[in-house]
Amino acid sequence: MSTATLQTDDHRPGPRPTAAARPATGTSPLASSGIFIGRSLVHSMRDGEGLIMAIALPVILMLLFTTVFGGAIQGEGYIDYVVPGIILTCAGFGAASVAVSVSRDMTAGAMLRYRTMPITAATAIVGHVVASVVRNLVATAVVIGVGLAIGFRPTADAVGWLGAVGIVTLWILAVTAVFALIGLVAGSPEAANGYGFVILFLPYVSSAFVPIETMPEWLHGVAEHQPVTPIIETIRGVLMGGETRALEAVLWCLGIVLIAGVLAAWRFPRTRVR
Amino acid sequence: MSPTIEVTGLGKSYGSEPVLASLDLVVDGGVLALLGPNGAGKTTLVSILTTLVKPDSGSARVLGHDVVRDAAAVRRLVRVTGQASSLDELLTGRENLVLLGRLLGLGRRAKPRADELLERLDLTAAGGRSVRGYSGGMRRRIDLAASLIAPAGVLFLDEPTTGLDPTSRARVWEDVRELAAAGTTVLLTTQTLDEAEALADRITVLDHGRIVADGTADELTALVGGQTVVLLDAAGTVIGQSETDGTPASVARALTALDPGNVEGARIELRSPTLDDAFAAITTRPREEVAA
Repeated sequence: MSTATLQTDDHRPGPRPTAAARPATGTSPLASSGIFIGRSLVHSMRDGEGLIMAIALPVILMLLFTTVFGGAIQGEGYIDYVVPGIILTCAGFGAASVAVSVSRDMTAGAMLRYRTMPITAATAIVGHVVASVVRNLVATAVVIGVGLAIGFRPTADAVGWLGAVGIVTLWILAVTAVFALIGLVAGSPEAANGYGFVILFLPYVSSAFVPIETMPEWLHGVAEHQPVTPIIETIRGVLMGGETRALEAVLWCLGIVLIAGVLAAWRFPRTRVR
Repeated sequence: MSPTIEVTGLGKSYGSEPVLASLDLVVDGGVLALLGPNGAGKTTLVSILTTLVKPDSGSARVLGHDVVRDAAAVRRLVRVTGQASSLDELLTGRENLVLLGRLLGLGRRAKPRADELLERLDLTAAGGRSVRGYSGGMRRRIDLAASLIAPAGVLFLDEPTTGLDPTSRARVWEDVRELAAAGTTVLLTTQTLDEAEALADRITVLDHGRIVADGTADELTALVGGQTVVLLDAAGTVIGQSETDGTPASVARALTALDPGNVEGARIELRSPTLDDAFAAITTRPREEVAA
């Protein structure tokens, strides 16, 4: 056992530390969430490439499906079929960057500093998630706008639109939550970026681009019961008229958010800090 | 009044590897340097004192608050600049300071406080630029400034100059000296004796999770010994050496004693004690083990 004592008063006259008398107050989880949301929104605006990708990719994808593939797939009216599918795919593209943002915080020194501060450090992740939802809603609005310009003619009334926006927001939240979890678990921002691709393929094996009946029979079970299909059918139903699978869609989204949230809450305090 | 830092019987292991072994330390103001090689336990000690890591045994108090039971109170008082950059790459230096200031509860005072701090540290120009374009030295200095945005009870600096070029290192040293002069209690870790000597009132040498020596720079240097006059042949092989206490008279005596005779191309070097020498003098263990 070794002992060291440091008494500086004897040989180092001068002002005593006075800071101890007024420690920092810190901020409540609500206030720090607000500050972190602001930070992540600034990130979204600054990261020009990311913003262009989040908006341009879905638009390119839509033009590709409606003009290049559209004729071959279903001809006239395909645009009304495919735009809801593009909206969902777009949500996936935009949310993927959350994995990178979260991983960057976790693997650099930022989270270490937040954890030594009088705040709830996990609200940094809340900031990334909320900013992602906002960013994706903007991108979705652009996609719908371009869709309307090239001939997308939904028949929905205000209530229908509200329902569509609601379900799209829920889906964006679900995808974002999953990507945030990936960012929390991934060893580096690059790895976080890679894992995300799996989720981006989900819409292709659903009724987003082509009806499930046209797929090989062995794929029907997967395509029918994966979360994207009920969500897409619901958006299509409320926008274009026809059947919806609203309850199923909402349950899928909430379930995904809940599971990702619980796993993230379990994982966050166990992240190795040294 | 409670000591700034009070560590009693502190122990921490990662797996079966003990990192800190029953450590005792009392710090009461001033600047303390924790000196030791990689793996000595310096960062672990800082992590425990800043509530990032829980100790396995013993206790640690910062300004009277237990780091485990009263972590919230400790977090209101400590500021840390760790080895990894904590800066947000997409923000400017100033925006980083304002963000942290607001998180610490400064509210509207965060902005004027950031400006004032940047000006005081002569960083105003850099503060307006994006962190992405910073050099390593600038990054470290802004990261240090980030720890000062709100008054600190204790400031922890984990290897503040590791990896920096000599000029940046000198600037960081200046910053730390200025803080110390303003009365901030600083605990810094370092691998080099000259850094500890340049900045600290008191140096604690840590090795294998234990304190192996502590004292002022002079006291430690006395333990290590003075400068040595070394006689080398043309190939650089040591062919003679003589210890001195650094005074001109003793160096002159040493030179006389080391008569090179007729060795072709012989030359003299004056060697100052290095960290290795410090460890060799302080610990009785073989040097290889100490340096591990």
